[in-house]
Amino acid sequence: MRFLSTRLSAKRRSPLAGVVVLLMGLLFTGGAYAVLSPASATDDLASDQALVDQGRQLFLVGCASCHGRNGEGVVTKDGTQYGPSLVGVGAAAVDFQVSTGRMPMAQPGVQAPRKNPVYNEEETRALAAYVASLGPGPSIPTSEQYDPDAIPEGEREEAIVRGGEFFRTNCTACHNFNGSGGALPGGKFAPTLIGVDEVHLYEAMLTGPQQMPVFSDDVLEPEEKRDIIAYLKSTEEAPNYGGFGLGSLGPVSEGLFAWIVGIGGLVGFAVWIAAHTTRSKKGSQA
Amino acid sequence: MSHENDSTMPVPGNDDAAPHAGTPAVADPIANPGLPAHQPRPTDVDKAAERRAERQVATMFGLSALMAILFCVAYFTFEIGENPDTFLGLGASNLALGVSLGLALMLIGIGAIQWARKLMSDVEIVEMRHAIASSEEDRKDTVAALQQGAEDSGIARRPLIRNSLIGALAMLGLPAIVALRDLGPLPGDALERTVWRPGMRIVNDVSGAPIRPDEVEIGQLINAEPAVFFETDPEGEPLVEGHELQAEKAKAAVIVVRMQPRDITPAAGRENWGVEGILCYSKICTHVGCPISLWEQQSHHLLCPCHQSTFDLADNGKVIFGPAARALPQLPMGLDDEGYLVALSDFTEPVGPSFWERGE
Repeated sequence: MRFLSTRLSAKRRSPLAGVVVLLMGLLFTGGAYAVLSPASATDDLASDQALVDQGRQLFLVGCASCHGRNGEGVVTKDGTQYGPSLVGVGAAAVDFQVSTGRMPMAQPGVQAPRKNPVYNEEETRALAAYVASLGPGPSIPTSEQYDPDAIPEGEREEAIVRGGEFFRTNCTACHNFNGSGGALPGGKFAPTLIGVDEVHLYEAMLTGPQQMPVFSDDVLEPEEKRDIIAYLKSTEEAPNYGGFGLGSLGPVSEGLFAWIVGIGGLVGFAVWIAAHTTRSKKGSQA
Repeated sequence: MSHENDSTMPVPGNDDAAPHAGTPAVADPIANPGLPAHQPRPTDVDKAAERRAERQVATMFGLSALMAILFCVAYFTFEIGENPDTFLGLGASNLALGVSLGLALMLIGIGAIQWARKLMSDVEIVEMRHAIASSEEDRKDTVAALQQGAEDSGIARRPLIRNSLIGALAMLGLPAIVALRDLGPLPGDALERTVWRPGMRIVNDVSGAPIRPDEVEIGQLINAEPAVFFETDPEGEPLVEGHELQAEKAKAAVIVVRMQPRDITPAAGRENWGVEGILCYSKICTHVGCPISLWEQQSHHLLCPCHQSTFDLADNGKVIFGPAARALPQLPMGLDDEGYLVALSDFTEPVGPSFWERGE
């Protein structure tokens, strides 16, 4: 086995080694230039050269097949995007997509669903550093920005009420009145917001992943985003005072339950009553 | 319910039980099988079973009474309001009240069914089918009684009374019209215009913050309102409030979106209605007026959650799917001296659902 692999690698190395070394050298120079050029050094992460290099190695293996070797994106023959350009999406977008497991995608499709993350925390940071080095974009928010616990105790109630107003105005159209998510055309869907980490909620608003619109910090300010997160967390903790929520999916699931379980149960009960006779053979002898 | 004894009961299909005039070709084509032999129940023949059934029914009713008492206890026991008691994550008060009252009612029902099936008198009854019309005699009597009434009242002979009665009844319509007058007047041109005016700022809904183009990113969605909803008079009172605010908001709400300018294909005359790929559209669906902000930033489609009408905002709000019949109205938008997004005019067509007089 060892003999075989040694032979194979030896064979592979000889004719292409020069080209590969040249290509690597060019890419490295280009990447290093992009990192070191002052215009793109927007993020603390991107200024950590070792991290950027590590991220680039990971990127070339796991991401470049769709997003291009320099994150420039890949366009298909008929002009549609195979993988979008990552220049300027920022570290926040990478942190959201990679640490929720959405990227790398398991297969091409209309939407990248949430799954177990492929990269660990350190690798995600490295990838974020590399992508942030490609162009200026939103950086990963700090915990004071997204953590509802950072709101002073006395102002929390008010923040939750205000967050609820923002949530109902901007989010409920797709994510449902309770944040349970909802369907979009063509097999796409708005995912549930229940149980999602605060930082990911913030990053999603900031970067607008996939079909979700962007809610930039200039328009929906960081405190307003934090209020929305505080509201969402408060609804998660609140008891279902009115009874079972049935997934809080609205009239469809509730109607289905009433018709099938409620009315179906009554019909079944009535049939059961009528199907059992009270007669006895004893009587014919009496 | 009254019922007859088995032996004297008429048997279905007997000739004397057919009151109808038209006689069938064969009087009795299928032999009448008669009733099967009566089978008594255990409770009819076994005293012990009868007493057991009696106890069962009484137990149901007793439990029902207990549940009614539990309802009252639960009503006063569990905390509601600010800091409610919970049970398995549900409101304890609601749960206990519902379960106890539900069981109290259900146990009465179950007891009644048990009573009827096991203990109440048990005989087969046959009820014959009758003609739907009343008998000739009854119908004659009724007509005669009506004619007698008309004769006695003299309504034909006394036109003064008759006409004044008709007049009195007609006047009763007036109170109804007066009481319901607030259903009108007709809306006039209220549906044709909104509060948008040239130069009015487009501001963020809820916060009321004005918007600069450089704050809006590609793929951004802003749920926006006219600035007048957030302005106050010198005394600090809102300029528009209460019912008027709701009525105007229902027409003036807009969404602001930003796309790549190269993706946008403006219609003739709309080339200058946007700012660097930022466009402003009515938020009110043209089908039946649901607020729509379900915006897919990659496909540029705006979807109405009510009936799935889909509008292409890169193509002048054209309807590409669903029951909406006309494009989403676009608000002409520009910049003011300070660089904030403003309306260039009111909507150029009525927003919201179509109506017959539209465009007259």
